[in-house]
Amino acid sequence: MKSWTNATLGTRVTMRRRFSWDRFSAVATLVPSLILLGVFVYGFIVWTGYVSLTNWNSFIPNFSFAGLQNYSTVFGTFRFQSDLRNIVVFTAFFIMGCLIVGMGLALLLDQRIRAEGLFRGIFLFPMAISFVVTGVIWSWILNPQTGVNLILKAFGWKTVPSWFLSTTIVPNITLGQIQVGIPLALLAVLIAAVWQMSGFAMAVYLAGLRGISEDIKEAARIDGAGALRMFWSIILPQLRSTTTTIVIILSAASLKVFGLIYAMTGPGQEFVTDMPSLNMFQTTFQGDQFAQGAAIAIVLLLMIAVFIIPYLISTLRQNSSS
Amino acid sequence: MKFGNTLKAASALAIALSLTTAPLAFAAQQKGDLQIFSWWTGVASSKALKGMIGVFNGQYPGIKVTNDAVAGGAGSNAKAVLASRMEAGNPPGTFQVHAGGGSLLSWVQAGDMQPLNSLYQSQGWYKAFPKSLLNLLTTNGKIYAVPVDMQRGNVTWYNPSVFKRYHLTPPSTFPQFFADAAVLKRHGITPLALANHGNWEATLLFSDVLLGTVGPVKYDQLLTGKASWNIYGVKEAANTFNRMMAYTNTDYSALHWQQADQLVAQGKAAMNVMGDWAQGYFTTALHLKPGAGFGWAATPGTHGVFGAVSDVFGLPAKLKNPTPTLDFLKVLGSKQGQDVFNPLKGTFSPRLDANPKLYDAYSRAAMQSFKRDKLVLVIGQGAVNPGFTNSFNNAMEIFVTNHNVKQFVSALASAAQSNPLS
Repeated sequence: MKSWTNATLGTRVTMRRRFSWDRFSAVATLVPSLILLGVFVYGFIVWTGYVSLTNWNSFIPNFSFAGLQNYSTVFGTFRFQSDLRNIVVFTAFFIMGCLIVGMGLALLLDQRIRAEGLFRGIFLFPMAISFVVTGVIWSWILNPQTGVNLILKAFGWKTVPSWFLSTTIVPNITLGQIQVGIPLALLAVLIAAVWQMSGFAMAVYLAGLRGISEDIKEAARIDGAGALRMFWSIILPQLRSTTTTIVIILSAASLKVFGLIYAMTGPGQEFVTDMPSLNMFQTTFQGDQFAQGAAIAIVLLLMIAVFIIPYLISTLRQNSSS
Repeated sequence: MKFGNTLKAASALAIALSLTTAPLAFAAQQKGDLQIFSWWTGVASSKALKGMIGVFNGQYPGIKVTNDAVAGGAGSNAKAVLASRMEAGNPPGTFQVHAGGGSLLSWVQAGDMQPLNSLYQSQGWYKAFPKSLLNLLTTNGKIYAVPVDMQRGNVTWYNPSVFKRYHLTPPSTFPQFFADAAVLKRHGITPLALANHGNWEATLLFSDVLLGTVGPVKYDQLLTGKASWNIYGVKEAANTFNRMMAYTNTDYSALHWQQADQLVAQGKAAMNVMGDWAQGYFTTALHLKPGAGFGWAATPGTHGVFGAVSDVFGLPAKLKNPTPTLDFLKVLGSKQGQDVFNPLKGTFSPRLDANPKLYDAYSRAAMQSFKRDKLVLVIGQGAVNPGFTNSFNNAMEIFVTNHNVKQFVSALASAAQSNPLS
């Protein structure tokens, strides 16, 4: 209740805030989700961070303070160094691949063809399949002895690629304990991953393309812009926010990739296809090294935060300014 | 309008309340209840477990038995659930665990297991099981678990017709293995089929090579932390392993263990080192006859040694009512219970008075070996703690490809330091 003196009337005026059922029901609907998120997401994140600073590396709980010991142990292992190399290579190529393939498909579908709904469905369909199923099927297709290599050999290829069994890393620069470069085995995994998610990029780009106003395109056409110029200077800049959305969502998915790797290749020879999520899973649930697993989880969280937090801040700024 | 808002608010609150008071997934055990916790969800294992429960229900009809088997992850899901229940002081009536210095030793050291010496005494089990097996289950004079089955971890499975064609015998020493392998490779047959998709298969192979190189006494010392992993024997075993890798198929990283055995059955490969669960695959999936379609021998250098992989059950210390568990353990360790359980599961009973007629040719031969041979545990199959096993598997994944013996041995030594084995 607020009260003040009304200058004109010279009397005290009180204002009672009206109790609004609308506001109460809005808050009440949100409260359960807030509680659940607060406990099961943010509370557990804090708990994981705490565990990563303890000595709990066996069945028997041991919460003595270990400082950053787990982090230095984990960063010193061959496996985790390989993981960092792999996740950077995988994320970069995965996003690039999905953007290029998705954009290509969207441009093709935007030509007002007859069976557009059918083609859209076909390209989107892989997204509906579980990552594990994708992993199993592509591990069969790209099996060096029984998969697509048989077709290549029938065409006369003498040397066939060894797909995900290759341990070659290009280029071969030694850093720490590992070789830094692009593991060729990851290219096989990337084929499966891009196949699965480029439909999503295509769908978002298609919506974005449809959102570009005809007036601009008409004006450009009148000015004599060819198809390539039209694409590069008119369409692409208009799709900047669409691209940002796709990059954010795909990077969150790619940094967390687990099922695809687990089903398709496992950690791979010399860990050429290992990922931090798989490492964390085996360290925690097979090795019972809970504090080290927690350290890997926190590092993974920080990597994802690097992408998500700037995006959230810029979105909030846009919302508050508009 | 006001009523609609009230309804919305009331339903939101109701949902919130019901979620916060939802019943726990695992109810605590009541009196006269028995929860049996395992990862036996496969076809053969669950049939065997139900058979055992049937025998138990016949002898103790008043006790309600819940089969709390947890699927997935070859036991890692079950182990994770078990760990959280033990933590919460709400253990199941009894649970499956591998015999050895792995999880079982961790539970014993945490004070979560009750000694069973008096049970063994009253049931006469000190005479029913081989002494070497009892030694593997005893810590500081106290015995903490009852073994229900036995499998062998050091077996070379081979294709008899391939061996006959080239006049070879299954190798009993490493020099003989390499001589055989050279002959086989000349004729275009893969000498040793290897599958390593899960990475534990290569660990098993190395464990057997190590056993064959250093002998059972030294091997035991390595597994119990009494010998350092930097000794010459480990380096020698690693070099032998490297030489063997020259005679394997190159796509091992893509194969699961059954596929390697399939190569042997088809004659594309000659030998495969695997535990005797491979026997189940040969007979049940491929319908082969023991001796005709497939043959077996101890891995090179391990004749007279039996690598024991055994499922055991114990008594959790924090149980409110231990009587149903003790009754179940009595049935579990009895001749009647084991004679029902093991033939169904494809393993054999570790009791000295087990009836050989219930088992096929391979199991009979394995039982004889079990009774007279020295018993050791197998790395990766319950012998050592999970932290060391995980680090061992990681070092193995690198070694299998880059063949760097020095890096491998130092990785093992530091793994033994950070995950003490005793």
